[in-house]
Parts: sequence; C-alpha cells; structure tokens
Amino acid sequence: MTAITTEPARMPRDSEHRDSGRSAFRNLVSTETKLLVREIVPLLWGVAFPIVLLSIMGGFSHGPDKSLGGLSLVATYEPILIAFTISTFALQGLAPVLAGYRERGILRRLNATPVGAGRLLLAQLTVNMSVTLIATLGILIVGDAGFGVSLPTQPAGFILALVLTSAAMLSLGLLIASLARTARVAGAVGTMIFLPLMFFAGLWVPQATMSAALRRAGDDTPLGAAVSALQHSMAGQWPSASGLAILAGYTVAFGVLAWRLFRWE
Amino acid sequence: MTRTGAIALEISNLRKRYGQKVAVDDLSLRVNEGEIFGILGPNGAGKTTTVECAEGLRHPDGGTVRVFGIDPYRDRTEARQLVGVQLQESQLPDKITVTEAISLYASFYPRHADTEALLTRLGLTEKRDTRYRKLSGGQKQRLSIALALVGSPRLVVFDELTTGLDPAARREGWRLVKELRDDGVTVLLVTHYADEAERLCDRVALIQSGRVVACGRPDELIDRGSASHATLDDAIVALTTGEAS
Repeated sequence: MTAITTEPARMPRDSEHRDSGRSAFRNLVSTETKLLVREIVPLLWGVAFPIVLLSIMGGFSHGPDKSLGGLSLVATYEPILIAFTISTFALQGLAPVLAGYRERGILRRLNATPVGAGRLLLAQLTVNMSVTLIATLGILIVGDAGFGVSLPTQPAGFILALVLTSAAMLSLGLLIASLARTARVAGAVGTMIFLPLMFFAGLWVPQATMSAALRRAGDDTPLGAAVSALQHSMAGQWPSASGLAILAGYTVAFGVLAWRLFRWE
Repeated sequence: MTRTGAIALEISNLRKRYGQKVAVDDLSLRVNEGEIFGILGPNGAGKTTTVECAEGLRHPDGGTVRVFGIDPYRDRTEARQLVGVQLQESQLPDKITVTEAISLYASFYPRHADTEALLTRLGLTEKRDTRYRKLSGGQKQRLSIALALVGSPRLVVFDELTTGLDPAARREGWRLVKELRDDGVTVLLVTHYADEAERLCDRVALIQSGRVVACGRPDELIDRGSASHATLDDAIVALTTGEAS
C-alpha cells in the first residue's frame, strides 16, 4: 500500500506557483493538441479540404481572368480558403469543444484546481490559432510551389489581416460557446453562421463577380472584410483601414459579449 | 479521531440562494482534521451547495467558510492546493487517456503525489493507455478519485462517491476512504446513503432545507432519533420528518 500523503502540506513559494503555472499551461496546450489531432474530422475539414480544393482550383486555373479582376482562379481562392480554415476551427472547433467542456463539468472541475479553467480557455485559443497558422502556411506554400501564386508581397499587412481575422472569428466562436448550452447546439449554430459568412467571403461566388450592392454588403461582414484585406496584402497593397477597422470592431464586439455571457457551468 | 486538534473546515452561518430559492440557510459546521465527516440529507437539501462553497466554487451570500483557516473563495489558489475534490457529474474529454489525465492534473499542483503509485493504488495501471470514453463507470469513478488525490490534499471532498457503483465497487470505495484517513487526510463525504455514513463516518451532519438538523457520531444520532431506531437510516427519517415512534 502506497501512502498518498503523510507529511503535512506546506505553502509553496511564489516561484513554485509560477513554475507550476507555466508547466500547467504547457501541459494543457499539449493535451489539447493531442485531443484535437485525435478528432480526424475537423482536421480533414479545416486543413486537408482547403488544400485539396486549392489544388483542384489550380488545375482549372488558366492565368489572369478579367472577370476575376485580373487575378487567376487559384489566386482568387487562396484568401477565401484561408478564411475558410480560420472559420472552421473557430466556429466548428473551438465553439463546440468549449460548450462540451462546460456541459460535461470539465470547466467546473478545473476551477476546483489551483490552475482554474481560464487557462484551459487560453490553451484552446492557442491551439486553434496555431493550427490555423500552420494550415495557412500550408495553403500559401502549395499555392506558391504548385500553382505560381506568389507569397504575400505585403507580409506585414498580410500578418495583420490574418491576426485580425483569427481574432474576430475566435471571439465569435467564444460567443457561440457562451450562448449554446451543449456541444451539439454550439456545433449546429456554428455551421449555420459559417455558411452565410463564407458566402460573403466568396466561397461560392468570388467577390469580384458579385453585384456591387452585394459586394458592399459583404464588405461589412467579418469574412467579406477579411478576404479583401488578405487579398490586397497578397497583391502587395496595404489592406484598407476600413476593412481592418471592421475586423477589429467585430473582435471587440464579440469578445465583450462573450466575456459578459460566458459561464463556467 | 482528531489527531492534532486542528480544524480542517469551519463553516459559520452560511447562506446561499439561487434567485428566490434558498439553498443554504444559516448553516454551521466544523470538520476536525483527520476525521471522516459525512454530510447526509435528502436530494435538494443543500449538501452540494455547501461543499461547493467549501471548494471555493461558489461565493456565499452570507456567513464565512474557512479551509485550514483560508478563505477558499478569496484565496483560491492557496485553498485549492489543500483541497482535492471529486464532483458529481463531472467528466473528462472522451479521448484523453488515463495517464494523460493524471499527468495533466498532477502538473496543476506544486506538490503532487506520485502518479504511478496512485494508478496502482486505484487499480488503473492496466487501463493507463485507455481513453476515457472506453472506461467502465467504476473505472471512471476511480479515475476521478485519483484526480482528487493527485495534488496530495489535506482535505478531500467526495460528492456522491459511490452513487451508481455496484456493491463490490462501493466497498472498494469505502476501503479507500478509510485508508485515506489512516494516512491523515481529512475526508468530507457527501452522501444520501445512511448505511454508507453509518459505516464510514466519524461524525455526520444531517442537512435538511439548507440547515443542519442534527450533528454528531452516527451512534449518537441513532440514539437521538429514538431508542427503537436500530439504524441511522431509521433515525434520519425520524429526525427529518419529526415522526414519533
């Protein structure tokens, strides 16, 4: 029989608190990463699917197309597919996972440990953001190496647009997780929101071929603004201030609402 | 049963309401270090709310709660290093393995127990690489007990430790609780089974409608219920319904 605890506990020093906090966060990130990798569907949907779609577009792409504003088909779709990846992980990954963790008492259980469930939330955001970045890199590399779509020629603007898009979609994911009581509801709501957002991103009809009125409406949606900003920075221009402001505005609005509405149990 | 005379948990005049519903109403109790203390009462009596205040998961509307002298809500990091909990209806992600769960929780505590020894003690060694979803109900329960113990707590709260377990697994749970006490750990056991409380607990608080209606050793409560009440179960019915016999 092994004794679990026989010596009296002592108060750990502050440095021990910090060390254990850091190692707890590292462990949460690595555990959440393993759990994500074990879910094959989101990875197929969020990473493999956009890259396959990009390759198909690449196969059908025949140089610059006037109806696409002078861009090739594959170059038109690259930012759309980046937005697709970001949104998939935020709306169909983060939101149902967090709602499920709450539904199953996992957040409550973590709040009974010295670490607290807030760290798990940060770990989830970190993991989703990292996967998104890796998938984005994959899309950029496949586009560049396979189909001659050059890497973003305004890298700083591109990174800014990418970060703001991720921030806006992750805070929307948090908001859905705040409102939905179960993982199933969060997943369904996420998909229902994902489809119209992707419409304005141009997944079915690229923005360049939309009517002027539709395109103007789309510019005010998160993914409409995101795709314009990504597209401009890929082509060497600085993304428009209004587009970036729209993304920042959505981030703040969704984030504040999620902050106020989120419940641990 | 008190070895050191120290107080593990002291609750004074605790009040907690949810909207209009009063869950805990002026409840006081004291758990001495080293004892097995039972909180017994019908469903909805306020047992879980009381221990959630002790765990720092809920903020009391009134009264004070101290765990080894620490306010578990205000100084939660300190308090949570001293208290291990097994919560009702708390699960883990489907695809996490036993080893991953226990190593993860161990990393939350600066002074954690030896995870290998803990797995052995709870009979989970063979299931170490099994995912949570594939565990049986009893194995899941043993894992949740392992997670409650992994931080080397001085006080362990078991909320409905044996609910839903088969008789053999219940006895296994009881044995474990006694061993914990022998190691010097204070155990707070929330249950609605009188036989469990009678068999295990050094002292019991009987809670009804958010108040302590009786507190003492199980044999004292049996005597208090009435001389004719042979078991704690009978005594509880008498004490909570005022039924004369």
